[in-house]
Amino acid sequence: MKSLQELAAIRDKMRQTVSTREAAHDSTRVVVGMATCGIAAGARPVLNAFTEEVAAAGLTDVLVTQTGCIGICQYEPVVEVYMPGQAKTTYVKMTPDKVKRVVQQHLKGGNPVAEYTIGAAR
Amino acid sequence: MYRSHVMVCGGTGCTSSGSDKIAEAFENQIRTDGLDQEVKVIRTGCFGLCALGPIVVIYPEGSFYSRVKEEDVAEIVNEHLLKGRPVTRLLYDETVENGQLKSLDDTAFYRKQKRVALRNCGVINPENIEEYIAFDGYAALGKVLTEMTPDQVIQCMLDSGLRGRGGGGFPTGLKWKFASGNRGKVKKYVCCNADEGDPGAFMDRSVLEGDPHSVIEAMAIAAYAIGADQGYVYVRAEYPIAVHRLQVAIDQAREYGLLGQNIFDTGFNFDLEIKLGAGAFVCGEETALMTSIEGNRGEPRPRPPFPAVKGLFGQPTILNNVETYANIPPIILKGADWFASMGTEKSKGTKVFALGGKIKNTGLVEVPMGTTLREIIEEIGGGIPNGKKFKAAQTGGPSGGCIPASLIDTPIDYDNLVAIGSMMGSGGLIVMDEDTCMVDIAKFFLEFTVDESCGKCTPCRVGTKRLLELLNKITDGKGTMEDLARIEELAAFIKANSLCGLGQTAPNPVLSTLRYFRDEYIEHIQNKRCPAGVCKALLSYKIDPTKCRGCTLCARTCPAGAISGSVKNPHSIDVLKCIKCGACIEKCKFGAISKG
Repeated sequence: MKSLQELAAIRDKMRQTVSTREAAHDSTRVVVGMATCGIAAGARPVLNAFTEEVAAAGLTDVLVTQTGCIGICQYEPVVEVYMPGQAKTTYVKMTPDKVKRVVQQHLKGGNPVAEYTIGAAR
Repeated sequence: MYRSHVMVCGGTGCTSSGSDKIAEAFENQIRTDGLDQEVKVIRTGCFGLCALGPIVVIYPEGSFYSRVKEEDVAEIVNEHLLKGRPVTRLLYDETVENGQLKSLDDTAFYRKQKRVALRNCGVINPENIEEYIAFDGYAALGKVLTEMTPDQVIQCMLDSGLRGRGGGGFPTGLKWKFASGNRGKVKKYVCCNADEGDPGAFMDRSVLEGDPHSVIEAMAIAAYAIGADQGYVYVRAEYPIAVHRLQVAIDQAREYGLLGQNIFDTGFNFDLEIKLGAGAFVCGEETALMTSIEGNRGEPRPRPPFPAVKGLFGQPTILNNVETYANIPPIILKGADWFASMGTEKSKGTKVFALGGKIKNTGLVEVPMGTTLREIIEEIGGGIPNGKKFKAAQTGGPSGGCIPASLIDTPIDYDNLVAIGSMMGSGGLIVMDEDTCMVDIAKFFLEFTVDESCGKCTPCRVGTKRLLELLNKITDGKGTMEDLARIEELAAFIKANSLCGLGQTAPNPVLSTLRYFRDEYIEHIQNKRCPAGVCKALLSYKIDPTKCRGCTLCARTCPAGAISGSVKNPHSIDVLKCIKCGACIEKCKFGAISKG
């Protein structure tokens, strides 16, 4: 170890990995429906895409987690985003490609992607 | 990138109840389900709630699974990790309320805890230096080497008010200051005392198992402060997991250039070696520990000269305890004021206690100094099991004393404990209920010190043996009131004349039980009765003929063949044959057998 910068570089790289373990109560939560219906419709790649994109964007206060059947199986994969101070946003028929935009525009920028939500789908 | 982390406790407690196999089962099941690119299994250090082991915590949800069995693993993986439904049935019951998951920090066990020394235990993989670095590991060493002079480091320790966590409570900064003269001109050593020997204490083991790098980092900081370049960790060989993880940590620190030559390119050199102790209790005493590192028989030597002047190999040396070291990196990073803001006037920061004995939540807890015994026992510890009454708590192990129920509201810090005739010690806290005989407890600790006395000085070698004989006389029902005076006189003599801390404190358990439970001693002597029903020589078992139905169960259970009687007729016990094991009382369905 030759410098503080070198140490800081290791820390920053590892922060993304360990931030999974620091679930803050007031953080943003991304909940992916992972019941049989969700998995069959492709929720797993969506979940993994969220984990990776959130880390890549450096959003250490965002918690990516999963839940069971949300009850609207025809719209799976369903993803719910809970952001402090905002109403719950429900995204439907998600794909890994759509994930990138949600992470950038909503999680990072604070503006829900209206066209992916359940409101637009109906 | 893993979306979920499965933290399996790898402390000694959970390991002995099979957590190795559970971790393996998780890995296998996760592979079977094709989740091995998404979910990572990590072995951690102690979570603290050892009574509920083996413990598995799954993030990001923070679900706390307790008493996990191998056969539960498939269900947890299939339900929780695959389908996102935590298996409520297997979660720690305090974290589930009306079907909703509660945060661990809201449970009675964790709510009042403040984890400083244990900050990384259960949070990181102790065998991965990069995880330690992720939680600001080695940043304190970097700060010290690049921004602070050695004297500023010592001043920071003095300002923080940190006192030695191994027992004595000597101010750490002062110890360092005494050893700081002639930097660069004389060879000096930094040692770590990990020879944890008090019965029931396991906080040092847990720190080494859960966060070994914090000790390495702090020892390097200490070396910089006093001008040393070599360190030794003296750890007992009975702690194989701790020794292994510490060795892995030292090797990784060397590989990353955090031990060795020219650390952080500042010209500072420091390296570290492990010395294994063979388990002699006396080697936890500082001069005996150093004698043992030198390769000699572990016996204490007279002080002065103190180790800060003439220690290991005759050179100036500082010796701190594992828990003391674990506190140091956060003090450097967050400042002396932050640390001094916790605790009481003369005892700053937090203290780790190993809760054991008659308590529901056996385990490891860390609370701010000044927390009362009642909070620790009733709230964090969950109280006494089986509806029994709290009688006393023993702190400080064989060197300490007991705290009676009447003093349960005493805020715990170094000075309060000494004032009530006990001591902080390393932090073992053994809880006793109404079924505990205080004379028997005093005997237990004295037997320990008699066994562990190194034999170098007569007051300790012979004195403790004679003291034990006096106690045996009392529990055998042959004691006289004069014996009590003799005990007190001998105890004072041993304390005043022994060479080292072992002998000087050995009579403490006797003196403190005599102080608070004198009635119990007198009951043994005058009425030949043990009120708690423990001392066998004073017990006799009887069968009440009016309650006995003659079911013959007791006669069949008795291992000594002491019970006789025929079917449907009252039985009787032959007191000469009875070995007072109590098996008959447990079996009797009619409550006909009593002891007294």
